[in-house]
Amino acid sequence: MALSIKEIKNLITASIPDAEIEIKDLMGDNNHYSAKISSKVFNGLSKIEQHKLVYKSLNGKMGKELHALSIETESK
Amino acid sequence: MNDVNEIKTLIENNEVCLFMKGTPDSPQCGFSMTVSNILKHLNINFKGINVLENEELRKNIKIFSDWPTIPQLYIKGEFVGGCDIIKELFDKGELKNLLLK
Repeated sequence: MALSIKEIKNLITASIPDAEIEIKDLMGDNNHYSAKISSKVFNGLSKIEQHKLVYKSLNGKMGKELHALSIETESK
Repeated sequence: MNDVNEIKTLIENNEVCLFMKGTPDSPQCGFSMTVSNILKHLNINFKGINVLENEELRKNIKIFSDWPTIPQLYIKGEFVGGCDIIKELFDKGELKNLLLK
């Protein structure tokens, strides 16, 4: 069970509404993605906290349905 | 409870402790390999813990760190991050500074 780019975007946007998201399917296999995400909610947070917010938005799918998602976060 | 103590012992006894898939000499996942190679490149001595050899540890480290993926790097008992964060710190030249603090 893989996730599509659209599903990933929808999950992230559901918990981080102002997120600007850019997702790439790195190998064209619906299984290895990279995501660049910028949002105001990241302001003042450490990188670990920022990435945790993204992981939380994925509702436990990270490491399960979603095998590999490399994350780059940015505050705005 | 024992499991938490096992993790605490590991990160207290090893200044740089990498929970990874495979071993530093034979990583079993690209992300684990990346972090392991960065540490080697910086000549940082580290203890690699292969979570593939211990299913309980693999589950528990994710709960302990509140982090869903492997690898996970601990320096001086503190969680530093996974592959993406380590790469960023390395690119900015900040990783080695964490050891000098």
